[in-house]
Amino acid sequence: MSKVVVITSGKGGVGKTTTAASIAIGLAKQGHKTAVIDFDVGLRNLDLIMGVERRVVYDFVNVINGEATLKQALIRDKRADGLFILPASQTRDKESLTKEGVESVIEELKSEGFEFIVCDSPAGIEKGAYMAMYFADEAIVVTNPEVSSVRDSDRVLGLLQSKTRKAEQGDVVKEHLLIARYSPVRVDEGDMLSLEDILDILAIPMIGAIPESGSVLQASNRGIPVILDDKSQAGQAYSDVVARFLGETVPHRFLEVEKKGFLQRLFA
Amino acid sequence: MGLLSYFKKQKQNSALAAKERLQILIAHERNAHHPHAPDYLPNLKSELMSVIRKYIEVSEADVNVQYEEGHQCDVLELNIILPEKQD
Repeated sequence: MSKVVVITSGKGGVGKTTTAASIAIGLAKQGHKTAVIDFDVGLRNLDLIMGVERRVVYDFVNVINGEATLKQALIRDKRADGLFILPASQTRDKESLTKEGVESVIEELKSEGFEFIVCDSPAGIEKGAYMAMYFADEAIVVTNPEVSSVRDSDRVLGLLQSKTRKAEQGDVVKEHLLIARYSPVRVDEGDMLSLEDILDILAIPMIGAIPESGSVLQASNRGIPVILDDKSQAGQAYSDVVARFLGETVPHRFLEVEKKGFLQRLFA
Repeated sequence: MGLLSYFKKQKQNSALAAKERLQILIAHERNAHHPHAPDYLPNLKSELMSVIRKYIEVSEADVNVQYEEGHQCDVLELNIILPEKQD
């Protein structure tokens, strides 16, 4: 059984690609054959976040147009066995993604034995985002604790419930909320929406919260998805998300303000 | 109350303000984007507004028309926030 998972958000810059990269690596590291597809035609970035930007030869649109085979376009990840990356085209526009084309690529991946097909959605609610979510079985909606991000996520949830193949068949896309850039200190000070606030408003189950962390930027600088940085809180939080996605029960971490030690209090 | 706690209180208001604003906005938008909401909803609302205004001074924001789909039946909910009593 293969599962198609869309990483979406509506708003840009909230951490979709970071999340897609880390979750794809995490799933593959757990022994699941995984493909991650960049749907952001014209503004591809998954290749850069995953550090494979110099290995791109063919892309998603080439495969759809029959200019390359899927095998030629897939980039094999060297860090996680069984992980393949399908980059977006940098030169075409989003209209190149046709429903039939996307479906044929997804079906071919399924027949090749991929267990998870992770679709990294572009921002917005235009064609690219629509194509990324259309064939999804499950959705991870990435939200930041900030008003515009929460509003856009709600809009995207509405689309998941109406504009997907599952919805058209009277079925539902399983939704997960992932809160990124969470800062317990700022929540404690009262100037950031808390997890409870966001869950109250969006009313879908939370798969995890990623703490605001400098290691995310360091990871993207180096092209090494942050989940591989197992010393960072963000990396560990992503590992927890992957475990929960695979059905394990894992307690949430890093969501409370860290208690200051005696010395820290002395010098505060 | 010291100066510090004054600032703290200001900050506490910002997350609360965010939540309240979002709740109002999202309830409104969910209504508008409801996939099966009947087409007559906007007209119904504006006609209701004019009837209500004959009797009560209310603003657009004080009247909320919600459409919800149930299993057995659909629910049309009308919520009017009355102005505060003036002594």
